[in-house]
Amino acid sequence: MDYVIEMLGIRKEFPGIVANDNITLQVKKGEIHALLGENGAGKSTLMNVLFGLYQPEQGEIKVKGKSVKITNPNIANDLGIGMVHQHFMLVDPFTVTENIILGSEITKGGKIDIKTAEKKVSEISEKYGLAVDPRAKIQDISVGMQQRVEILKTLYRGAEILIFDEPTAVLTPQEIHELIQIMKTLIKEGKSIILITHKLKEIMEVCDRVTVIRKGVGIGTVNVSETNPNDLASLMVGREVTFKTEKIEASPKQEVLQIQDLRVKDARGLPAINGLDLTIRAGEIVGIAGVDGNGQTELLEAITGLRKSESGSILLNGKEIRNFSPRKVTESGVGHIPQDRHKHGLVLDFPIGENMVLQTYYQKPYSNGGILNYKEIYKKAKGLIDEFDVRTPSEFTPARALSGGNQQKAIIGREVDRNPDLLIAAQPTRGLDVGAIEFIHKRLIEQRDNGKAVLLLSFELDEVMNVSDRIAVIYEGQIVAIVDPKETTEQELGLLMAGSKRKEAGE
Amino acid sequence: MKKRKFGLVLSLALAAGTILGACGNGDKKDEGTAKDGGDKESKFSVAMVTDVGGVDDKSFNQSAWEGLKAFGSENGLEQGKGGYDYLQSKSDADYATNLNKLAREDFSLIFGIGFKLKADVDTIAKQQKDVHFGIIDDVVEQPNVVSVLFKEQEAAFLAGVAAAKTTKTNHIGFIGGMESPVIERFEAGFLAGIQAVNPDIKVDVHYTGAFDKADLGKATAAQMYSSGADVIFHAAGGTGNGLFTEAKDLKKKDPKREIWAIGVDSDQSGEGVVEIDGKEHNVIITSAMKGVSHAVQDISKKSMEGNFPGGETIVYGLAEDGVSLAPINEEVTTKADIETAVKEWTDKIKNGDITVPGTLDELANFKAE
Amino acid sequence: MSSRMKNIIVPILAVLLGIIVGTIIMLITGYDAGAAFIALWDGAFGDIYYTGETIRQVTPYILAGLAVGFAFKTGLFNIGVEGQLIVGWLAAVWVGVAFELPKFIHLPLAVLAAAAAGALWAFIPGLLKAKFRVHEVIVTIMMNYIALHVANYIIRTVLSEKSDRTADVFPSASLRSPFLEGLTDYSRLHWGIIVALICVFIMWFILEKTSRGYELKAVGFNQHASEYAGMSVKSNIILSMVISGAFAGLAGAMEGLGTFGYASIRGGFTGVGFDGIAVALLGGNTPIGIILAAVLFGSLKVGALNMPLEAGVPNELVDIIIALIVFFVAASYMIRIFIDRIGKKGAK
Repeated sequence: MDYVIEMLGIRKEFPGIVANDNITLQVKKGEIHALLGENGAGKSTLMNVLFGLYQPEQGEIKVKGKSVKITNPNIANDLGIGMVHQHFMLVDPFTVTENIILGSEITKGGKIDIKTAEKKVSEISEKYGLAVDPRAKIQDISVGMQQRVEILKTLYRGAEILIFDEPTAVLTPQEIHELIQIMKTLIKEGKSIILITHKLKEIMEVCDRVTVIRKGVGIGTVNVSETNPNDLASLMVGREVTFKTEKIEASPKQEVLQIQDLRVKDARGLPAINGLDLTIRAGEIVGIAGVDGNGQTELLEAITGLRKSESGSILLNGKEIRNFSPRKVTESGVGHIPQDRHKHGLVLDFPIGENMVLQTYYQKPYSNGGILNYKEIYKKAKGLIDEFDVRTPSEFTPARALSGGNQQKAIIGREVDRNPDLLIAAQPTRGLDVGAIEFIHKRLIEQRDNGKAVLLLSFELDEVMNVSDRIAVIYEGQIVAIVDPKETTEQELGLLMAGSKRKEAGE
Repeated sequence: MKKRKFGLVLSLALAAGTILGACGNGDKKDEGTAKDGGDKESKFSVAMVTDVGGVDDKSFNQSAWEGLKAFGSENGLEQGKGGYDYLQSKSDADYATNLNKLAREDFSLIFGIGFKLKADVDTIAKQQKDVHFGIIDDVVEQPNVVSVLFKEQEAAFLAGVAAAKTTKTNHIGFIGGMESPVIERFEAGFLAGIQAVNPDIKVDVHYTGAFDKADLGKATAAQMYSSGADVIFHAAGGTGNGLFTEAKDLKKKDPKREIWAIGVDSDQSGEGVVEIDGKEHNVIITSAMKGVSHAVQDISKKSMEGNFPGGETIVYGLAEDGVSLAPINEEVTTKADIETAVKEWTDKIKNGDITVPGTLDELANFKAE
Repeated sequence: MSSRMKNIIVPILAVLLGIIVGTIIMLITGYDAGAAFIALWDGAFGDIYYTGETIRQVTPYILAGLAVGFAFKTGLFNIGVEGQLIVGWLAAVWVGVAFELPKFIHLPLAVLAAAAAGALWAFIPGLLKAKFRVHEVIVTIMMNYIALHVANYIIRTVLSEKSDRTADVFPSASLRSPFLEGLTDYSRLHWGIIVALICVFIMWFILEKTSRGYELKAVGFNQHASEYAGMSVKSNIILSMVISGAFAGLAGAMEGLGTFGYASIRGGFTGVGFDGIAVALLGGNTPIGIILAAVLFGSLKVGALNMPLEAGVPNELVDIIIALIVFFVAASYMIRIFIDRIGKKGAK
């Protein structure tokens, strides 16, 4: 057989856990090979072993049939292995070319020969249909483009085997589509790809074969043509998984949130929300669909008090809360699961228990006359951790040490527990695995059924369509359409999100 | 495994510590017996504590240390305990510790160099009544302390005469360290000396606020020279080294230009040498010498002979050879003129014909004749 | 190796490394390293007098370390401890010489004046940081110079008549203690060490026990999350600087009311404020760590004075050895990596 990469019986231990146990991964030349597993299953560890960042305790790695020892990333590079990281490793103020040549600069008499490099970058970009401007600065280009720069970086270094680590997590539907095209081009040009993912749809769409790992153990490799998403999901999770979110019909009641003619400027002082109207009632979930950068972030920040708005009104249960401080908004009955849980949702260096009272620490019984009552805090935390199935060694463990899914569960537990009239959930399942997504969707629907209003923002159309009772499409800072998820299609939503005037859909 | 290794290392370290400690103790005991059994009375030892300037400040502290060294070699003492030694202070907080340390090491006489040590000498002299102390540049009224003052104004007066006789631009500068009575004596004397020769000469006075900042001295000198001064005198310790650097730099750039400096405390002429086109020049006219070295030796000697002038305040002036003016630089064209004038004023001061003002208030009422 | 264990071992290794490299240098330059280190030890603890002096030196170090550490916990780098110390020193002495009151009023008043002055001096950079995002490092550095020269000016013109120092503070405002001096054979040990230890407790209490401390730490770790959670980042930044400055001001009171008993014109900085940065770093910004680090720095500082006389090591070399120890402490990151390597190999 013609394998470019063979990882045979790999075992990698960390103090206390076995991250990889006897995993075998064989990648054929010219195929897109998926590496599927839940968060924490050991995908990244395995790839870091291949990329030379970790040394395996057992097992053998062969590249093109030859046994190799990869002790650092430079060796991996020399062997033609390139990694497109999930978190881009780019220097923002540098140009595309400067980023690409970083670490392997071509010099001419001690000076960097940027011209030659630019030409080479251009050539590669053209060959693989990447359409990247070699002179653009990273800070000026979109996330999707930045990812292409990462791809270019590996190609520039002569990579034959590209590892993509969760490449679609940060992309819009359009960008995902383009990325898939790029992958196909790469294969056509003779490259091989390992795609790390937990998204079954993508695997079905582009991959040839898929290797599944669960809890550090290799479950097996199957041909994509011979399987289906349900089988893959059960292989990955180890039990039957339902895809359709089950929910009863919504019964919306009184209006909880009323936004009228809201205007907000973004960080650069440019208008981001331009006269937006939106109403959410008790007992319904309104999903916001839109391409990233159409004012979603500013809208949520304006509601939660993190950003001052220019004009308009935001009524919560009939009372004006526009330009309240975040604390007053919270106290008025708004819960917020933030988009970026590391940046906004948690103080990662605090114990997870203390994160559970991030908004309420100053209230009784957690604080008495300015003195914290840790007994009460941790009692509360323990209760939430149990109730929301947050898997953590203890409530004293730093939040940083928890997996993404468990961090998110902790945040949701905290927000839901405050019993807010309006729960804002921004990308609540980003980067999470099937099991955690299922759990979180259930919790959101539970809130709705308890008569709360829920505002869901997501870039995953599937999620928006599955969970929402109504979908509000945002485009250039305005709600351009409200559609019923049962009566719309992904195509229609996509068009609306791209700004095409809404015709007769929905109503 | 790891634990055992660590244990081994620990015990080795402890063992080493014990052995070394034992050696240390042994040494001490030997010295102790030598001191006790031997000639304790006749064995005179002397030490000094510098201020933050240190013994290589090319000025005040250095001068004192040279005095001690000279005294030591004259009397066959060795540097170290039981002979002569110094301790350098890194901050104001170290004065007391250093003085105390020397007292504890049984030095017979301990000098505190500089008025900054006054408070600590005072306190420790009260505590260590058996030890003799000397304080330079200030007065401590304790029976076991001798206070040493200088009539800096007299040397500075002569420096002023030399400066006034040298300047072509009729513009002279004075750089002080920190404002204090001592530096004020320098300033008042210097100004009086200039005034005595030519009251119309313009004098720039600037205090840098520090005794150990050569960069400040250089900047100040640069500013004065560029505004037209051609002679600058400093009473700023290490800060003054910046003056010499600036003067030499200017001289190098333009060898024809008249650029002069006057040193302080000791004969600083060595600092003024600059080589231009293979020829040596010296930018230092002379130095207002303060006989710290002389005073330290003098008191050490008296003390060794059993005549420690405890409780006294000794004032060293021109008459006592405590202050003086260093020889005049050969390159100064008016050398002979200066020497004559200096001789004349020296006699007047020694005879008591005039009293050189020691403060700016006195200067205001001062009239040369 | 657990991180707790590492936090203890790393500083110890740093000190050992400093000693080893120092030994090598002394051997190369022909000095007796054994004698030198014994002199260092003896100079710090060899005699009750030296022990007293060491504790005296440790006192302001603890407070300066607390000042740096406290600000650091809130994500601020207060490099202006030196200036806050100087104004604290001045304020304490000012109150100490201006009037005479019963001791139980006068002494606390002088100490509090120092804390208030330091707090005020730190409030300015805190305010500028919070309101205008001016970086606190730059402002505090400049405030150091302002403090130095303003203090010099006030001492010369207001607190004395053109003299280089103020009068001694009245005994009713002095931290000095004949009892402690007697106990330690006339060292300058004073009651300030009690103040410093109380402040250690205060820092611990604020940070670990109060909801305010919870906020301060949260802001330090993650400003975005704190803002999201409804905390005022701005007021916490200012408060953090103010508390930090108060500690620094108290360090000044230790010098003004304890060690010296007066304030004098300075040509340059005391260095205590800057050493406080190293103390806080070495102590990992934790209260107990800061005490231990202050003891180390204090004993190095006092013990080193003994090295020239006892072991004949020149001052310059002493400075180099002390600097080496500080260097290895500051470079403890290196040591951490090293331990990790060894740990990995050991695990294999």
